[in-house]
This record gives sequence, C-alpha cells and structure tokens, in this order.
Amino acid sequence: MPMKVAKATFAMLTIIFLVAPLIAILPLAFTSSVILTYPIPSWSLRWFEELFFADAWRRAIFNSLIIGTGTTLLATALGTAASLGLRNRLLFFRGSMRTLFLLPMVVPAVVLGVGMQVLLAGFGLTNSYIGVIIAHTVVAVPFVVVSVTGALAGIDERVELAAQSLGASPATVFRRITLPLAMPGVLSGAVLAFATSLDEVVLTLFVAGPNQRTLARQMFSSIRENISPAIAAAAFLFIAGTVLIGLVVVVSRSIMAERR
Amino acid sequence: MAEFIRFDRITKFYGPLCVVENLDLGIGKGEFVSLLGPSGSGKTTLLMMLAGFEQPTAGEILLDGTSINAVPTYKRDMGVVFQSYALFPHMSVGDNIAFPLQMRGIGKAGIDERVKRALDMVQLSTLSDRRPSQLSGGQQQRVALARALVFEPRVVLMDEPLGALDKQLREQMQLDIRDLHRRLGLTIVFVTHDQSEALTMSDRVAVFNKGKIEQIGTPRQVYDEPATRFVAEFIGETNLVEGVVETVQGAEATVRLPSGAQIVSAVSGSIASGQSVFLSIRPERVDLSETRSEGRNVLETEVTDSVYQGDHLRVQLHNATHPLIAKLGRRSREFPPGTKVFAAFSAGDCRVIAP
Ligand SMILES: Nc1ncnc2c1ncn2[C@@H]1O[C@H](COP(=O)(O)OP(=O)(O)OP(=O)(O)O)[C@@H](O)[C@H]1O
Ligand SMILES: [Mg+2]
Repeated sequence: MPMKVAKATFAMLTIIFLVAPLIAILPLAFTSSVILTYPIPSWSLRWFEELFFADAWRRAIFNSLIIGTGTTLLATALGTAASLGLRNRLLFFRGSMRTLFLLPMVVPAVVLGVGMQVLLAGFGLTNSYIGVIIAHTVVAVPFVVVSVTGALAGIDERVELAAQSLGASPATVFRRITLPLAMPGVLSGAVLAFATSLDEVVLTLFVAGPNQRTLARQMFSSIRENISPAIAAAAFLFIAGTVLIGLVVVVSRSIMAERR
Repeated sequence: MAEFIRFDRITKFYGPLCVVENLDLGIGKGEFVSLLGPSGSGKTTLLMMLAGFEQPTAGEILLDGTSINAVPTYKRDMGVVFQSYALFPHMSVGDNIAFPLQMRGIGKAGIDERVKRALDMVQLSTLSDRRPSQLSGGQQQRVALARALVFEPRVVLMDEPLGALDKQLREQMQLDIRDLHRRLGLTIVFVTHDQSEALTMSDRVAVFNKGKIEQIGTPRQVYDEPATRFVAEFIGETNLVEGVVETVQGAEATVRLPSGAQIVSAVSGSIASGQSVFLSIRPERVDLSETRSEGRNVLETEVTDSVYQGDHLRVQLHNATHPLIAKLGRRSREFPPGTKVFAAFSAGDCRVIAP
C-alpha cells in the first residue's frame, strides 16, 4: 500500500514538473498589464488583439502556417516514400538505412543549422520560404518515417499478395490496399511534421530571413526585446493548436480502427 | 483429360535450402488435385510459385501449354485462398468480393449482380456490409472463397483454407467446395496436411515428402496401393511388417515373415525375389476369428488389448515377432486380452513395399 501511494505521488510530481511552465505562462495571456509578471491586475483579451492585429505578430502567424503546411506536405511525401522503400526485404543494410533516416532526431540542431545555411546559400535559397521549408523538412521527416513504418509493419503482406492474385497491378495494390491501410500512420506522421515545423527555432534562426519570421522565432526575439504578454497569448495559441491537433489524431485513429 | 497445368522439372532453393526438388506434375483441366504432405515439405512453396509470388530456381511452369514463368501474378488469372484468409480489412464484405471484378473493368450493374450471386453461393447475403473483423472465422473463410471464385478464374489455389475451422464447419466446407468444383468445372489445386480432407475432396492426391512427390494417384490408389513406406504410413493407419520376398508371380508376391509365416501379397513397383521388404496391411482389412480360414493369409496372434471407439473396435494383437492392429466393425464380438485368434486378410488387402 505505501508503495502504491509513493508511485502515485511520484507520478503526480512528474506531471506537475512537466506542466508547471504551462501553468505559469497561460494565465498571463489574459492579463491587462503591459509586462509579463504576476500578479495579474485584471483580465483582458488585449494581448490576443495585439497578436492578431499587430503587423509583426500577424505576419509571424501567417508565416508559420505557410511554412508548416509546406513542411507537412514535403515531409509526409518524402517520409512515406522512404518508409515504403525501407519495407523492401531485398534492401541491403536495411537496419542501418533506417537508423540513417532517424539521424536528424539526434544530431544537434545547431550543427544541422550551420550545414543547412551553407547548403542553402550554395543554391541561393537562404532567406526564402522554400529554404525554411526544406530545413524544417529535414527534421520533420524522421517523425513521418517512424510513424509510417509502424503502420506499414502492421499490414499483413498476404493481403497485398491476395490483391495481386485478384488482378491488381502493383500500382493498384498500392493505391487501393497499402496506402489506405497505412493512412492512420501517414496522418499522424503529417501532424507530427506540422508540429515540428511549428516550434522549430534553431534551424529557423540559421536559414530564415526577416521575411520568414515564424511564430516561434518571433516569440524568441520578442522575449529579449520587450517582455510583453503577447508572448503568453502566442503560447496560449500554440497550446490550443497542439491540443486541437492531438484531438484530430486521436479521433481519426479511432475512426480508422473502427473501419478495420 | 487435357493437361492444363504442368510443372516441368521445378526446383526451388531458399538460400542453400532445397525446398522443391526437380518436381514434375501435370494437372488436368477441371481437375481437383490435393497436395498432401507433412509440415515443411514444400506444398505452399509450390503453390506460391504457381500463383507467381515466388520464382522457381530452375524449371518451367506451363499453363495451357505456354510458359508462365515471366507472367506477373496479377496477369495469371488465378484465385488464391490463403490459410489466413487475407481479406482486405478496410473494405466491407461486398467490396472485398467486388474487388477482382473492379480490377477487370466490369460495370457497376454487372459487379452488383455477380457479388450478390457469390454471396448467395456462400450463404452470406445478409452480411454484405460488415467488415471482415466483424465476422467469425468460418464466415471470413467463406468470404475469401467467394472472392477467389467470383471472377471465374482459370485456376483456384487454396492453401489449407479450412485449417482454422472447427471440425463440423470444416466438413461442411469440404462438401461445399467439392460441390462448387463439380458445378463450375473449376480446376483446383488444394494444399492440406490433413489426409482425410485430401481423400474426401480430390480427384487426385499428390503426396509430398521433402520437396518431392512420393506418389500421385486417386484417393483409392494412394490409400490402397501405397508406392512407398512414407505414403503407407502418412495416409491412414497401417501395419508395417518386415519380410523377405520368396517368389514373384505377376502382380503377386510371396513373402516370408521372420516368424516363418508365408504371406501372399499384391505388389506395386518392381520387386525381386530375395529382397527384404515391408508389407503394409491396413488394420480395417484384417478379420479375426478363432478358426483358421482357408484361401487367405493367416497369422496366429494373441489379443493384447481391445478398445471400443464408438464406430469401431480397435484390437491390438501380438504375433510371435511383431505387433498388429485390427479395426473391426462396431458389431464385431469382443475379444478379451489373452484370446488366441487367427488374423486373416486377402492378398489384395496387403501390399509389398520396397524399403
Ligand atoms: N521465404 C522463405 N525463406 C526461406 N525459407 C523458406 C521460405 N518459405 C519457406 N521456407 C522453407 O521452405 C520449406 C518448405 O516450406 P513450405 O511453406 O513450402 O512448407 P509446407 O509444405 O507448406 O508446410 P506447412 O504444412 O507447414 O504449411 C520449409 O523448410 C520452410 O522453412
Ligand atoms: Mg504451407
């Protein structure tokens, strides 16, 4: 019994440890004060107004959406293709190949950032949306690969063989069988890619110009320039967005599971 | 019967492992052939090569006289039923069955009509909108069957399709498949390791052992005239008794047993006098009586045990040198242990098999 209580206590402490920053920042989004500190004098939505009407913030939100969407599309396409390739039993060094795809997850972002900057400069892509999207895609692809590989592993190969024997060409098998069955993995991979792009700061610092300031980047710089509660409002937006995305994933997964 | 499928000296290696060895097999149009053999004997491998999922290492597979080695699976027009059903989990039962028709560019109305007929055939008309996961094993099995048959393929391949079903449903499905085979004139290649299933369903049975066909023939032939010891032991139960051939006259041979008894037996294959051989005697062909019957082979034996098994009486006997099992009809009298009896059987009811 004491063991149980101890376990529960530790779990609680860990949760508090994880969410404390959120609890600290969220109420400040609704402050009427001009500085980012407690106590909160009175409640107001003025910082959300600031977020949506101040030019810098509005542009940042807009940029984040453009870059996030671009990254999601590119990373999902590349990651799904890579996962399909990794499925090939005849591939040499399949294990090492898979590890290679996960490398951007562990390589320090700073190293990647420097490398990306040099590379993109070579192609004249620094300070462009394409450049930022490419940089974000590099770190987003591993998430897609992990997610889609998992989904593909769950497909019974004999189902695809059966489709072939029933007259489906390899392309049709992919379109009618493999892809629909892997769809939950592709979707959650896409969501993870979007989330990765949304909060990527380090790479953005290296490759983005003033015109590609993303929301995360804007928060990062404004916390050094002036500590306005607009940051808290932006953070609130982030969290709300994340929860929403999470819900979409959960719901779509359960719909998929039902369809199986 | 015109030959439809031919395996011409097919060999298959998986790495260094030889799974099918220099195999020849011809299958007629409209014929039902079972591949029967123990686990790992290469039955599935042969079927997968016929379906085009695997390539033979050497040799050629001919369909209707032309080689199909280079023809991809989806152009072979063969319906495959897997042991694991392999239904499409994301499609309804109806869509599963419609799939091969869609692949053939058949119009909507035609598809609907044929799906409906296929569902009727397997008695699942009411379950058309369900997902495979909402069906019982037997129902899934029938969907797999309907899906493999609905496009009227040139050949239907089945890999232990009834393995997962309970006994009752399995026997029902055996009869259903046989009935469909007759009605539609299908060419069916059926893999199983259940010998009674093979005997019940097939026109011919190919007995596999270690990548080779030990014997191929009608159920009656492989059961009554086993060519090898493996076939005699694998199909049904048998008494194997060692002996030495004394004389051979045409289709009969006289064999001397270690006990000194002389047995006249039918011969399959080439046997020379002086050769040591096995005699295969089916237990249900052995009669027991307390008086010596004339004109038949007779062994003097003693009953060691007798077990009533519902549909038959199983009697274990012992002769001077070897045990013997007899299966007697249900109405036979009891033989208490220790009874001295004569075990009698005709020359046609036992076979000489070269070791
Ligand atoms: N893809 C493969 N790679 C390597 N070895 C294989 C492969 N498939 C089958 N084998 C081997 O080939 C042999 C024959 O296998 P196969 O599946 O044809 O047997 P089977 O007669 O169908 O047996 P079962 O009754 O158990 O299904 C086995 O020893 C098996 O281990
Ligand atoms: Mg098998």
